[in-house]
Amino acid sequence: MLPTLAGRIQTRLVLLALVGGLVTLLIGPLLPATAPLSVVYRNMFLVLAAVAVIGIGWECVYHFLMQWRWEKDWPQLFGFLTCVPEGLLIWYLLRAGAIPGIEGTVAASVFVPDFLAVWVAVWLLASGPMRVVNIRWRFFGGRLV
Amino acid sequence: MTDKPTAAAGQVPEGRRSQPAAGDVTLPAQAVPAAPAEPRAAPEPRASGAAPGSGDLTDELLRSDQWTDAMVQAAGIPITDAPFVSIGGGIGSFVTVDYLRIAGVAPNRIAVLSNIGYPWQTYEYLTRVSQIPRSERIRSDSASRPDNIWGFPSYALAEAVSERTFAPLWQVLVEPIWADFYTPKAGRVFAGLERESKRIGYPQMLVKGQVRMVRKRAGGGYFVILTPMAGSAPTKRVAYRAEFVHLAVGYPGLKFLPELQDFRTRHQDYHHIVNAYEDHEHIYETARTKHLVVMLRGGGVVASRVLQRLMDDRAAYGLSTDIVHVFRTYVAGSHGPNAWNRRKGGNGFAYQGFNYPKSVWGGQLKAKMRKLEGEERAKAYKLMGGTNTPWRRRWQAQLKEGREAGWYRTMSGTVDQMRLDHGQIVSMVTTPSGTAEVAADFVIDCTGLEADISEHRVLADLLGHSGVGRNPLGRLDVERTFELRGSGSGQGVMYASGATTLGGYFPGVDTFLGLQVAAQEIADDLARRGFCPRIGTYRSIQQWFRWARNKQP
Repeated sequence: MLPTLAGRIQTRLVLLALVGGLVTLLIGPLLPATAPLSVVYRNMFLVLAAVAVIGIGWECVYHFLMQWRWEKDWPQLFGFLTCVPEGLLIWYLLRAGAIPGIEGTVAASVFVPDFLAVWVAVWLLASGPMRVVNIRWRFFGGRLV
Repeated sequence: MTDKPTAAAGQVPEGRRSQPAAGDVTLPAQAVPAAPAEPRAAPEPRASGAAPGSGDLTDELLRSDQWTDAMVQAAGIPITDAPFVSIGGGIGSFVTVDYLRIAGVAPNRIAVLSNIGYPWQTYEYLTRVSQIPRSERIRSDSASRPDNIWGFPSYALAEAVSERTFAPLWQVLVEPIWADFYTPKAGRVFAGLERESKRIGYPQMLVKGQVRMVRKRAGGGYFVILTPMAGSAPTKRVAYRAEFVHLAVGYPGLKFLPELQDFRTRHQDYHHIVNAYEDHEHIYETARTKHLVVMLRGGGVVASRVLQRLMDDRAAYGLSTDIVHVFRTYVAGSHGPNAWNRRKGGNGFAYQGFNYPKSVWGGQLKAKMRKLEGEERAKAYKLMGGTNTPWRRRWQAQLKEGREAGWYRTMSGTVDQMRLDHGQIVSMVTTPSGTAEVAADFVIDCTGLEADISEHRVLADLLGHSGVGRNPLGRLDVERTFELRGSGSGQGVMYASGATTLGGYFPGVDTFLGLQVAAQEIADDLARRGFCPRIGTYRSIQQWFRWARNKQP
């Protein structure tokens, strides 16, 4: 990845909304939740929104860290492994009840598969097929507008 | 470094390589890294043209900055209309034409004027002689596919599928932290180019010959004068009348360090001192027969490749070759003005994954350079400049072994004098700690290709007659859209991409991906001017499937 700050943020927001939304919709029914599906969807879409919003802050951190690299690139592996600190933060916020609108509690067995599924789907798309959808995206630091 | 003119004083020198035309034995006649002079033609006198109606350039044409249709007809030069003409016919022309075909331009609206038979001919020749045969890997990113505008599937993915192995995929996952940057094998690149060339009907668009000049046309557009292959046309010249012209002529030729050029000319010896971009297989052959001392000049990827060849042969044939590597700028460690601009280095080399910092191809550096002008831009180029080579674990291991065993020596300095002594070349190397004499059987100059644009006839003509200027680094001044500044002619526009445009708003010009970045800008600009549709999401996806099924665009 060769991102600029604006590009990182745009890509995150758009991909989480479109791809993340689609994946959440699809795996919602498959999650081992005790609550009714509508509650599961509500919670997981709120988590998705949280990942997007907090993610803006994370992207600023990654951009800052990237400045230490001569190539000013963000290696593929970093793009994947950052699911760990991001996921942990969201999990902590969930536990602390700090995400507004969440109904009941979200079990780890629901959160982890959903979070990972969205993360992997977005990461895989951005690693290749995205270039087919938008031929200018990779030459403009990930900017979509 | 300009070559000694072979033409008589006062005449326009024809040759652009730093070696006399008569000594043209080391480059094959077909694939030359230049747009060379017409074979065995007498040098063209500056302002005296041919007679009217002769099918050649008249006085009037040579002197006028702008031509009318009547002037060209009066000279007897036949005119062919081609809305879009690309000059060069190398990788630059190919990727630009590829973009236009994918955008929906029909092949009969495009002409590619070239003196080579297929787009990768020069590139393959240069990589082969500088020791990257088809089975070895070039220095280029996995997603930089000149045969695929989307870079998907990447070369790594394609290699994984065709070789049925996860190794390339693992490499692109963990690069560059836990593995070297993945780079494709040269053979895979050429095979892909061949497939795409056939798919877009490139051979039908190709016209072989030598482009002589491009001039503006009164009423808009341009005339491109081509000297067709001998015997293929009734007249000496033909003219193409185009609305849009694209220049991608590449490097004019080889460059030699001044002292090496001097030695070659003085002793008429083109055997013991060679440029790595010339065929120099005789050195490796001789190394297999006796003990040799080889001196290398230059610290870039070409030097690394030549070193690898020498070291591989040493190991494979049990040779005792000694290597002396002279660095003009010896990089001993990490270097850079501050913590945020520090490049790795060591043992003489500066290390960088690719020819430019990676973010020039779409990230931070590309965005930054796009906003800079003049002196600021020149400074930014200087900051990322300096010869460099990739860090490859295998090379590092080989060099370490050589240093420890003593057969690989490095020196920091420049050479002022060279002389012949008992069949060896003795160089006086001026190092920081004094002068040293180094004797070698062969000297390989790995310092690169000729860069001055005025050494190229077509470009020199444009500078002189068509209002084209130079950028802060001395090469062709182009806009962000790669339009040649000052070259507009009515509704017509000239574009340029590739090595001749280094120094503009986009830093990575002489690279596969860089040529595609330029091609995209050019295609988008042409779309704005109504020449072709813009490649949007629908067209892109549709065309990708056609690429995948190997169907014409």
